[in-house]
Amino acid sequence: MLTKTTNYMKYSGHGAAFFAVVMGALLSPLTANNAHGAGANGPVNLYSYRQSFLMAPLLEEFTRETGIKVNAVYAKKGILQRLKAEGANSPADVVLAADITRIDAIAGEGLLQPVTSKLLEENIGPSYRHPDNLWFGLTYRARVIFTHKERIRPGEIKTYEDLANPLFKGRICMRSGKHEYNISLLASVINALGSEKAEKWVSGVKENLARRPQGNDRAQVRAIFEGECDIAIGNSYYLGKMLTNEAKPDEKKWASAVNIIFPNQPDNGNGENSTLGRGAHVNISAAGITKSAKHAVEAKLLLEFLASDKAQQIYAAQNFEYPLKKDVSLHPIVASWGSFKPDEQRLIDIAALHDSAARMMDRVGFNH
Amino acid sequence: MTAQTLTNDKNSLSWLALIGARLDGWTVSVLVVACIAAVPIITVIGLAIAPTEDIWRHLLDTVLSRYIRTTLVLMIGVGFGTFVIGTGTAWIVTMCNFPAKRIFQWALLLPMAVPAYVIAYVYTDLLEYSGPLQNSLRDAFAWQTKGEYWFPEIRSIGGAATMMTMVLYPYVYLLARSAFLEQSVCVLEASRTLGHGPWRGFFKVALPMARPAIAVGVSLVMMETLNDFGTVDFFAVATFTAGIFDVWLNMNSPSGAAQLASILLLFVGVLVTLERVGRRGRKFHNTSTRLRKLPGYQLNGLVKWVAFTAMSIPVITGFVVPAWVLGRYAVDYYANTLETSFWENVGNSLMLSALAGVIAVSIGIVLAYGLRLGQNRGIRFLTRFAALGYAVPGAVLGIGIIVALGWIDNAIDGVMKNNFGIATGLILSGTIAAVTFGYVTRFLSLSFGTLDAGLAKITTNMDGAARTLGLSRFSTLKRVHVPLMRGSILTAGLLVFVDCMKELPMTMILRPFNFETLATFVHQYASDEMLPEASLAALSIVGAGIIPVILLSRTMIMKNKPTSGDGK
Amino acid sequence: MSGLEMNRIRHAFGNDMVLDDVSLVAGPGKLTCLLGPSGCGKTTLLRLAAGLESLQQGQVAIQGVTVADGASGFSVAPEKRDVGLMFQDYALFPHLNVFENIAFGIENLSPERRQWIKDSLEHMGLSHHTYNYPHTLSGGQQQRVALLRALAPEPGVLLLDEPFSGLDVTRRAQVREEALTFLKQSGVAVMMVTHDPEEAMFMADHIVIMNEGRVVQAGTPVQTYFHPVSAFVTELFGPVNRCRGTVTDGQAKTQLGTFDAPGFENGTEIVVMLRPEAILISPSGEDVPAKKGTHFISGRVDSTHPLGSSSHLHIIIDDGNGGEQVLHVRTPGISLPAVGSSVNVSADMTNAFIFPAD
Repeated sequence: MLTKTTNYMKYSGHGAAFFAVVMGALLSPLTANNAHGAGANGPVNLYSYRQSFLMAPLLEEFTRETGIKVNAVYAKKGILQRLKAEGANSPADVVLAADITRIDAIAGEGLLQPVTSKLLEENIGPSYRHPDNLWFGLTYRARVIFTHKERIRPGEIKTYEDLANPLFKGRICMRSGKHEYNISLLASVINALGSEKAEKWVSGVKENLARRPQGNDRAQVRAIFEGECDIAIGNSYYLGKMLTNEAKPDEKKWASAVNIIFPNQPDNGNGENSTLGRGAHVNISAAGITKSAKHAVEAKLLLEFLASDKAQQIYAAQNFEYPLKKDVSLHPIVASWGSFKPDEQRLIDIAALHDSAARMMDRVGFNH
Repeated sequence: MTAQTLTNDKNSLSWLALIGARLDGWTVSVLVVACIAAVPIITVIGLAIAPTEDIWRHLLDTVLSRYIRTTLVLMIGVGFGTFVIGTGTAWIVTMCNFPAKRIFQWALLLPMAVPAYVIAYVYTDLLEYSGPLQNSLRDAFAWQTKGEYWFPEIRSIGGAATMMTMVLYPYVYLLARSAFLEQSVCVLEASRTLGHGPWRGFFKVALPMARPAIAVGVSLVMMETLNDFGTVDFFAVATFTAGIFDVWLNMNSPSGAAQLASILLLFVGVLVTLERVGRRGRKFHNTSTRLRKLPGYQLNGLVKWVAFTAMSIPVITGFVVPAWVLGRYAVDYYANTLETSFWENVGNSLMLSALAGVIAVSIGIVLAYGLRLGQNRGIRFLTRFAALGYAVPGAVLGIGIIVALGWIDNAIDGVMKNNFGIATGLILSGTIAAVTFGYVTRFLSLSFGTLDAGLAKITTNMDGAARTLGLSRFSTLKRVHVPLMRGSILTAGLLVFVDCMKELPMTMILRPFNFETLATFVHQYASDEMLPEASLAALSIVGAGIIPVILLSRTMIMKNKPTSGDGK
Repeated sequence: MSGLEMNRIRHAFGNDMVLDDVSLVAGPGKLTCLLGPSGCGKTTLLRLAAGLESLQQGQVAIQGVTVADGASGFSVAPEKRDVGLMFQDYALFPHLNVFENIAFGIENLSPERRQWIKDSLEHMGLSHHTYNYPHTLSGGQQQRVALLRALAPEPGVLLLDEPFSGLDVTRRAQVREEALTFLKQSGVAVMMVTHDPEEAMFMADHIVIMNEGRVVQAGTPVQTYFHPVSAFVTELFGPVNRCRGTVTDGQAKTQLGTFDAPGFENGTEIVVMLRPEAILISPSGEDVPAKKGTHFISGRVDSTHPLGSSSHLHIIIDDGNGGEQVLHVRTPGISLPAVGSSVNVSADMTNAFIFPAD
């Protein structure tokens, strides 16, 4: 009798144990399995559009300082959809986006909660945060023009508008017109010049392209170096990264071949208040706290950390971005490019024009 | 067909009777499994029904015709390319004797192990203006600028078609080759005695007879082409799939994207039908003729070296070059990669892919055997529908899953809260189970198709014999079919496994916190043109893909044993 | 009633009626043959009996218990029906060896059953193949393994689907004989499907002849051979010679003489069917002790085919309408008339079958 039972137990026991292990493994969201318990030192759960290799050093520093663990999901696509589907039960506490459009879309879906934090409000100026403090910018960068040091004379190109000049036919390189960065740039042009002029401008730029839009911003610099084109549009931090790339010395070579131009600066006859002197288009990386946050306290701590001197320093030093907190020192290379006037149009207005800009790209068939 | 064996209450199950189903354990299992697997696709279609502002106007005015044109051009290009290369290599390797033939038999399968997006990264690296090839051309001819010479643009629809052809032709090769091997030697010999030389024999006899198998291969290739995102995104080729992403992300219109995806499903429907027709024909053509030594044309002199070179090209371009480029980078950069959580990523990839493989095979067996038991149109349709996931772009399917799981989780949570005061939170969303579910629904048709074909090779008399010998349907499956299908089961599991290892967009959207797979890791770097950093991980995916390729070719060679008596 | 009983079976595939009101009984210890041309529905009937096809109309009973009823939809699963089925292609499990194949259906493999398998293999001359796999066996060996496998669970009814059709002719007779002995010893009710009349004659206790989904005649081999009820049944057993005629006063006059045709009305067109052995020949001019009413006509030998124990001859006669008719004649022995020589031809009146002309 006894042996019989034991045998039976042994047999079904294996099955049950296996089942339990598999189910446990399947359903635990890995290390975030205590995500539901709200403790003082609970973890912060982060959904990030920004890539892991950019964020990891910052998050490690945060954990070192506060003892709060950060669990992260990195995705270039679909975070908005995931947040929406998960609804009130979403484990995410903080959302981090690489540009204004994404974060504003999430705010627009009512997925973020206002954050009251003196520190955040002090560190991040009003034009770089949501009017209701649903999100806060953390860093900004300029969409600049790279030109070949010799093939383009200094002063030959000063504005985005110049890029549409037939003088530069077949000399411009750009990444895909449907990339966020370029759509935002076009949205800012629409905002500044109006739809009609903006469409004319973007068609003009298209006419001047040396090749079909392709590659990332680094590839445009390389193309200038290789002589495929003379002018490119890119984000400022890429140049810094390339100039210091010890792992791939080639990139240093490429980057040394170009000048960086902050467009539409209010000098050389462009008035401070003229559209031509409106400043260089900037975009931000930003973060907000979800409405469903189970660890709102820790989430706020993370946001405050990211806006702190230390984190802003890391952003500046490691990623060559411009910190949004005043008085944080720039990377020497970035500093060497000099100061510039950013386009002060409200980012939120530019985000609102995102759709029109995306469609305009289709209309002019920018990529084809 | 008047009398149905409805043993239970007829009224409550009248809808079953409607589709002509008989209610029993198997029918119910098949229905349940097929319904669960169909959930993501149904969700996508559900999303598509939601109204969307004026997206369609805009699409019609601007890009829709380009999406359709580009997609068709790409599908036809890749379809034709893989047909020519796959069939041609299969025929030469099967029928001709030339140097290293036995090596080519399996080596021609190797490109299958390379994901299309990886080969795209590699060749862009090599062939773009600033790549080594154009650089050395410029050096050699002292060209200064782009305008001085012509070089094909790799980032173009032609480039995309070439990349995909290079890694997808083995599907056609695999199926065409086994079809050639299965062909009755007598028919080919008859054609020779009737005065047809090797060429005419190929075009007049072998090719028409292998047509169904080739059609299956080409339709598989076209589906892969249709759902590819990595390559077309990287090359900025405006296909339908790229358009879906654009509408979804840049126009922020998930329902518009779902509507485009639903149109895509129509394309897929056509392909699936094509494949079905192919399979039906295949059954018909399958003769039980014993395999014998194939006649084998002995190639001599220059011709044999021409054949040798022709067979080398697909292997070199589709496998050797990418493996070599990645390998070289990996040697330089492996330390950087190992600093990251590389081994953890390997573990994640292996675990998820193995799990998905096992589940997809188990479900595939249930579906295939269930269909064998009850030949029923309604269930048949549902099963095919559930297996459509293969052709839907991963990210779209991923959204379907996110929405569906989120809804289920929140519904359960609501019920539990209201009735028991227990908050269950999200049970499935953002877990490995969600990712696994995604993999299974996406690759179910691979396992189902393989198992269905495997099962079809077993004569139904086996079922009859086992049943009349006292075995229930389940025991028959366990004691007769499963042992007999071991080969198909292994193949199905491995195909799913490899595809899961490569899977990218769905993994990104569905994964839990702090979770990387090899594919997401590769994508993170390679899409940012940091191929060297990604090389070790990419090489690992290729490596994992080689295992099933070797196993597949081993079974092919085993099959080939009695036929090719060309000694050791 | 034990054995197999099938009652008023109707079955259609789509709109295609394959069985139309078929009833039959296969008694215990008896071998019942379903004989008919291919496509007459006999295999479907077998599959219905086994439960592999779901019954649409009629009843099936095995060992006196109803196992399927078309009206109520009641159906016992094949594995619970107490039937054994042997397939035309044998359907041996390729992944199991001979012993495992045979033991497959035995629920409780007792030492006695093991012994039975061993003994049976011995009996069938297969003992040295006990652990071989099916693909290494010859057709005849596979056939015997399949038979043993079907018998191993000791079914009440054994169904055989064209069991000998896969064998070459030289082996067939021997295997058939061995199988018959074995089946008779087992005492099981056997229903066998075949399209080979000789096989049916040789093996059956009872023959059920089917055509186009209906039973056209059932009876012992002797009854069906010697008292066919229709031209179809007559011809089923081999080629026949046909002579046409018209009935006058219960008699029909043909080129081969006048035949008694009782029960036909005057003026009915009939056909007289004579099997090759019912045509008698004798050398021309030789005195033959003629039976009363025997009618001799003269014929010419067109060709002769000695077959060993008997011979087949083609004899050309006058067809009575100014044309010629080739008669197929089977005679014992091999001492044959020369080709081209004249012979006297007569019909064996007692072995003639008369049916209305179609």
